[in-house]
Amino acid sequence: MAVVFERPKSLVDVSTHYCPGCTHGIIHRILCEVIDEMGIEGDTIGVCPVGCSVMAYDYFGCDMIEAPHGRAPAVATGVKRANPDKFVFTYQGDGDLAAIGTAETVHSATRGENIVIIFVNNGTYGMTGGQMAPTTLPGQVTQTTPYGRDPKIQGYPVRVCEMLSTLDGTALAQRVSVDSVPHIREAKKAIRKAFENQKEKKGFSIVEVLSTCPTNWGLSPTEAIERLRNEVMPYYPLGVYKDKEGENND
Amino acid sequence: MEKMSVIFDRCKGCGLCVSACPKKIVELNKEKRNAKGYFPAYCTDQEACISCAMCATMCPDCAIVINK
Amino acid sequence: MERKLMKGNEALAEAAIRAGCKCFFGYPITPQTEISAYLAKNFAKAGGLFLQAESEIAAINMVLGAASTGVRVMTSSSSPGISLKSEGISYIAGSDLPAVIINVQRGGPGLGGIQPSQADYWQATKALGHGDFQLLVYAPASVQEMVDMVVTAFDKADQYRMPAMILADGFLGQMMEPIAFPEIKSETVEKPWATTGHGNKRAHNIVNSLYLKPEQLEKNVFERYERYEKIKETETDAEMYLTDDAEITLVAYGATARVVKSAVNMAREQGIKAGLVRPKTLWPFPVKQIKEAAKSAEKFLVVEMSMGQMIDDVKLALNCSKPVEFMGRTGGMIMKPAEVLEEIKKIGGKK
Repeated sequence: MAVVFERPKSLVDVSTHYCPGCTHGIIHRILCEVIDEMGIEGDTIGVCPVGCSVMAYDYFGCDMIEAPHGRAPAVATGVKRANPDKFVFTYQGDGDLAAIGTAETVHSATRGENIVIIFVNNGTYGMTGGQMAPTTLPGQVTQTTPYGRDPKIQGYPVRVCEMLSTLDGTALAQRVSVDSVPHIREAKKAIRKAFENQKEKKGFSIVEVLSTCPTNWGLSPTEAIERLRNEVMPYYPLGVYKDKEGENND
Repeated sequence: MEKMSVIFDRCKGCGLCVSACPKKIVELNKEKRNAKGYFPAYCTDQEACISCAMCATMCPDCAIVINK
Repeated sequence: MERKLMKGNEALAEAAIRAGCKCFFGYPITPQTEISAYLAKNFAKAGGLFLQAESEIAAINMVLGAASTGVRVMTSSSSPGISLKSEGISYIAGSDLPAVIINVQRGGPGLGGIQPSQADYWQATKALGHGDFQLLVYAPASVQEMVDMVVTAFDKADQYRMPAMILADGFLGQMMEPIAFPEIKSETVEKPWATTGHGNKRAHNIVNSLYLKPEQLEKNVFERYERYEKIKETETDAEMYLTDDAEITLVAYGATARVVKSAVNMAREQGIKAGLVRPKTLWPFPVKQIKEAAKSAEKFLVVEMSMGQMIDDVKLALNCSKPVEFMGRTGGMIMKPAEVLEEIKKIGGKK
């Protein structure tokens, strides 16, 4: 018998701090599978800002930088501009990317910054205990929307891929999910494409991954997957929102 | 060698593998806690396992190794 | 030696290029925008990268990113913009990264004005962000010193793995003076900690300021403060002007020190034994030099373009051993030598 499935080499062999059933782990793994398959671990620099993935520097085997809340795209810009031949990715949550870091996100996209952004959207601030995120659904109960998010009071959720797809600098904006095996495979393909884009200097690529937060959603891991499928995915349709094929920034 | 093996102390007992298995042969072992206090998953029928790796693909903790 | 007539801000920019700076990230704000304009025009030709960021916050975080990979990197701003950069500066210090930050001060608080000021002394030396940390703070008083101190700032930032600031002001930034660019012998420091990709040859490097275990964070801060003690011993610098026999010693830095020096000369002509201590490093503060001046001085007069900030450090250095008076203008107003002379006379420097 031969091993057909095991931990990717670029994912450090340690137990993570993530809660049971948290899909961060799946996203970490498929990202590392892509890094391994492309053979780029030694040429990759990752940037993880504040949020549940703040300690991801202990999990990714490549060189890592921990960035201030929301500023990962700016930090990644500095890394990439100083080292244009290296691969640079950020790994950000929804509060980080779509609230405090909105300006950094939008402007790195519009500059066509040649980086990859893995955007984990689980509709809540997990690390601080489940407050309303910019992507929290209308009606969703969180610690800071105890009666459900009311668009009349808290406004509407941000659809990041749709928004960034309007910018000329965006090469790829794709929304995927990790609710099922086929979707996980699709998500991995999207991440691979984002890194290939960077290799070909196509510019800014963002993969938005719809994810769960069983702990702060108050659901079991399997119930959380059900909610992701039945409530979150209809509000944030999966798909490719922008794909700038055949262009080269060189 | 087992087709589906679980790294006992890595498993957080979330059960995502249980629902992913097409053969319905993955369960949580409610008898045995691991060092973290979780009930890890295990394969109830190694013979029936088809090494499809669906369970391992859903596992957030890289706690499952698949052989074929 | 090559001599040139240059504006202070442009001299800062040219000095950075010559010091081996590879990246500059900035955001426009008066009165320092000439730095960006100069680099936008000349940096690429010299193999550098100029990028205008979407905000001061983004700019300082781009600095963090580039510094993490070991290249020499700089940003510049003026007072309100430095406030925005303070978050990133704290992270840079907490991650032990070298970087050079220019503050061409203007009047505050708030939007304040666009005329010269020294009201960011406290910010630069005591509180440029949250947490226990210091920056190396250099205070040039001429365009030539702008050049020299930028080179020193890059070298020392690399040597001590910490951010360094040039605390200039709108006066110095906007004035033109003849300068000489020295032959630059910037030391190249090995940076084995840099996150440039491990190339499968070493363990992964991590640039980080997060230490959740209090014991670990304390240890980390202690280590940094041991470095600071070494810096206090070796990097403190001040100009001592006629202090040996001075009975009244003035303390001033930057553009203000030029005015004060004229006033000291005028006082001397009138038979008043005045002197000047001009700190060239504000952190570390020249405590020894102040104490040295106190051997002859009976009184001190601190002059600043603020309501009195550096005066605190002068008082701490003297430890109540001598009276310390203050004279200041603020809001962009610059004192005249005659006004300073009047003050010298008023507080009893007549002999």
